[in-house]
Amino acid sequence: MSERTPFRIKGETGDWEVVMGLEIHAQVASNAKLFSGASTTFGADPNCNVSLVDAAMPGMLPVINRFCVEQAIRTGLGLKAQINTYSRFDRKNYFYPDLPQGYQISQFAHPIVGEGEIEVDVEVPGKEDYSFPCRIERLHLEQDAGKSIHDMDPHATYVDLNRSGVALMEIVSKPDIRSPAEAAAYVKKLRAIVIALGTCDGDMEKGNLRADVNVSVCKPGQYEKFRETGDFSHLGTRCELKNMNSYRFIQQAIEYEARRQIEIIEGGGKVDQETRLFDPVKGETRSMRSKEDAHDYRYFPDPDLLPLEVEQAWIEEIRKSLPELPDQKRARFEKDYGLSRYDAGVLTSDADKAAFFEEAATGRDAKLTANWVTQELFGYLNKEGLELSQSPVSANALGGLIELISNDTISGKIAKDVFARMIAGEGEAAAIVEKHGLKQVTDTGAIEKVVDAIIAANPEQVAKVKDKPQTLGWFVGQVMKESGGKANPKAVNDILKAKLGI
Amino acid sequence: MTDLTDLTLAAALDGLKSKQFSSAEITGAFLQAMEKARILNAYVVETPEKAIEMAKASDARIAKGEGGRLEGAPLGIKDLYCTKGVRTTACSNILGEFTPTYESTVTQNLWDEGAVMLGKLNMDEFAMGSSNETSRFGPPINPWRRKGDNAGLTPGGSSGGSAAAVSGNLCLAATASDTGGSIRQPASFTGTVGIKPTYGRASRYGMVAFASSLDQAGPIAKTVDDSALLLEIMCSHDPRDSTSLKVETPDWRSQVRKGVKGMKIGIPKEYRIEGLSEEIEALWQQGIVWLKAAGAEIVEISLPHTKYALPAYYIVAPAEASSNLARYDGMRYGARVEGNNLTQTYEASRAGGFGKEVQRRLMIGTYVLSSGYYDAYYLRAQKVRTKIFQDFVDAFETCDAILTPACPSPAFAFGEKSGDPIEMYLNDVFTVTANLAGLPGIAVPAGLSASGLPLGLQVIGKALDESACFRVGGALEDAAGFVAKPDRWW
Repeated sequence: MSERTPFRIKGETGDWEVVMGLEIHAQVASNAKLFSGASTTFGADPNCNVSLVDAAMPGMLPVINRFCVEQAIRTGLGLKAQINTYSRFDRKNYFYPDLPQGYQISQFAHPIVGEGEIEVDVEVPGKEDYSFPCRIERLHLEQDAGKSIHDMDPHATYVDLNRSGVALMEIVSKPDIRSPAEAAAYVKKLRAIVIALGTCDGDMEKGNLRADVNVSVCKPGQYEKFRETGDFSHLGTRCELKNMNSYRFIQQAIEYEARRQIEIIEGGGKVDQETRLFDPVKGETRSMRSKEDAHDYRYFPDPDLLPLEVEQAWIEEIRKSLPELPDQKRARFEKDYGLSRYDAGVLTSDADKAAFFEEAATGRDAKLTANWVTQELFGYLNKEGLELSQSPVSANALGGLIELISNDTISGKIAKDVFARMIAGEGEAAAIVEKHGLKQVTDTGAIEKVVDAIIAANPEQVAKVKDKPQTLGWFVGQVMKESGGKANPKAVNDILKAKLGI
Repeated sequence: MTDLTDLTLAAALDGLKSKQFSSAEITGAFLQAMEKARILNAYVVETPEKAIEMAKASDARIAKGEGGRLEGAPLGIKDLYCTKGVRTTACSNILGEFTPTYESTVTQNLWDEGAVMLGKLNMDEFAMGSSNETSRFGPPINPWRRKGDNAGLTPGGSSGGSAAAVSGNLCLAATASDTGGSIRQPASFTGTVGIKPTYGRASRYGMVAFASSLDQAGPIAKTVDDSALLLEIMCSHDPRDSTSLKVETPDWRSQVRKGVKGMKIGIPKEYRIEGLSEEIEALWQQGIVWLKAAGAEIVEISLPHTKYALPAYYIVAPAEASSNLARYDGMRYGARVEGNNLTQTYEASRAGGFGKEVQRRLMIGTYVLSSGYYDAYYLRAQKVRTKIFQDFVDAFETCDAILTPACPSPAFAFGEKSGDPIEMYLNDVFTVTANLAGLPGIAVPAGLSASGLPLGLQVIGKALDESACFRVGGALEDAAGFVAKPDRWW
């Protein structure tokens, strides 16, 4: 683990630093919407998951879905955050065809979750990994809007209200994020937490988890002044990058945006506070709307809903039912399985991976299992573009293969061959080894015979190896070739060394 | 036999139960009366086929000895209530020919008890008004006329159609709704009884919203007893309305004739507003005398923040309305006027769909919620609201119910106040406080003005103490012996 070093961008007037706060919209994992009983199933035909409430028919009223509240509390607990026993829903008023009520019900003044903190693990290629604490400002519940479809018809916009009223959690961080890699790592960590909690499926491709990134730049030293005083005037003017749903784009967009802001300031200009969109094709951000044409949302408490008051006892009940979180799991993997922090991190980054590993490692060599899972199995799945759930080799089957390595039935090299056959559907490791006679030869007599024959047939190599002991590998290769790879490599080495006198 | 349409709801139910007449007969009588009274413009939709069908079904149930508490009773429904398969527009152009696929909880409660629907009743557009002149269909006409004067008078608003229909014998009773006095003022203008229950007693599900924190359903009926019966059935806890109270509905009918002996009746000094007509003042004094004679104790009380009630109301109600009415955007239902782009379509649809008074209130509401003005207007009005609520809590330490005039004047002529919104808004001066504090209030006819028009008194009760309203209302009804009826000039 290394120290957190400042991320800096060189400008014409010297170094610059970036400061970011993220707002993450996570769709609450719930079968029904936040204020109606309509289904939230993805992929339904347009306007089929719409209740009278979602379509804002006259006289229809919202009724809070208690399960969504429970999910928000659960998430808050996972963020080690304050749960507010009193919160309130406000109306955010604006007109748009995919917003049937003409207002979004959200929690503006009194969110259900207050301040919290998460530990973010950052990987920067070519550098050592590190982690930093990121403070959470708040989490609140709100309704999603419908979807406007502009490209079906050149003259008309179509509206799909299936998403209208779906529950979202907006999770707002403090401005604690200081580099593009940290921003991506923050989203990754938050995603892992909500997935582990079961409060959001984390599916970024479907837009079920998306991030708005507030970016500003400042000179070195300014950020520390801000942290001491809490005075935002030490920081630069921020721009909001909307709706980012890929780790790669988040980093590209921030890099571009930071450089754009630096160029403006160094050119004597002023950064305008505005909302911007990232264009992944051009690799640049462009203005969506400026502060001047920002809406006046006319927030006020929704008179159709009572303040949301939750019992402390209920919060405690939810707390008791919390699953093991990624950080706790990683600590346990390091301690109980003796894994490196890195391997433990990879294996606990998602609940499925962790469960797969634990099943495979039970009663087996944990470190060896970790290597096989993270390198051979994940390597294969990555190459084929498969999910872990689609793995042709089950956790227990992989464990069986590892047992054969541990008890010297096969060598690591043969194991790779066996693994390939398992992927090809030949069955269990033991059966494959049996069928193809892949059992390692540990009978030293048999190995000696082969060694003797090779030494006898290659006097030149024998002479050479006396001067250059590193050419021993050639003999090892010959022996392995002769034995069809089945000879125990350690035994081969020992016997060769003894016979060649090196 | 007397004309069936003259009967009270209670008498009609007795007649139906004892098979003196069938639901088909009394329903037919009302349908005929409605046809003859079209000039009153009380109904904006008549549903004769539905009425006959429902009446026949009621008769079948009565024949089998079954039936609910309103079995076979023909009622009128304010156009604010969504009625399945029957056009519902809240008398606004913006709803076009909107026909709900669902039924409001309040009306469903009535049908579940066997009531028969005659049609939808006229009202001010989105219940915004005190004279029913803002209706898309033009105003209903008050069956009452000034002595020796044929000028058309307003039946009040916003439940003007309900009041005109009950007063003109065009239904046994009607549903209405009250945001700032829209049940009590029309009742007072037409010699009928109207009660707004405690906020949360009746479900708002399926009621076209005006101001969510103030809107309440209630009946307009011929007698206090009829209003008690109808309110018992209209009220219910409804999980589909988050502001609906989880409380039992008491037996209110048994309270009506209980008398007021030993009750303490508060008389708020702040309701003696400047310029209150002698006629209204005299009526109020008469009410005090009657209640004293019936054994009640009269106590003077103070509601010090009363003068801020009307301004606070005209901030809170438009603010909520500006948001509640945002859904009428021409996109999914109702009327739409196409423009060249989205903004123009919004503007044209809403400018064409909303009448002038609704537009005025939407602009006021938008203004008071705007950033920079929110604290000075909306937030302040909410603080006033809390003070007014506290005034009542304090006052009810020393009394059981409060007696006030229902309105500052009798029914007025069309056009008389529609030019000056402030003068129109002053109609609500005695009624808005109960809405702001969420309290029950009943209006009971108590006498006639010099010009021969009905005048009403109001009784305000503690939260959830409609019983007190019915007891005092019943006592006033007995003492006043109000039997006057409008001449049938139509």
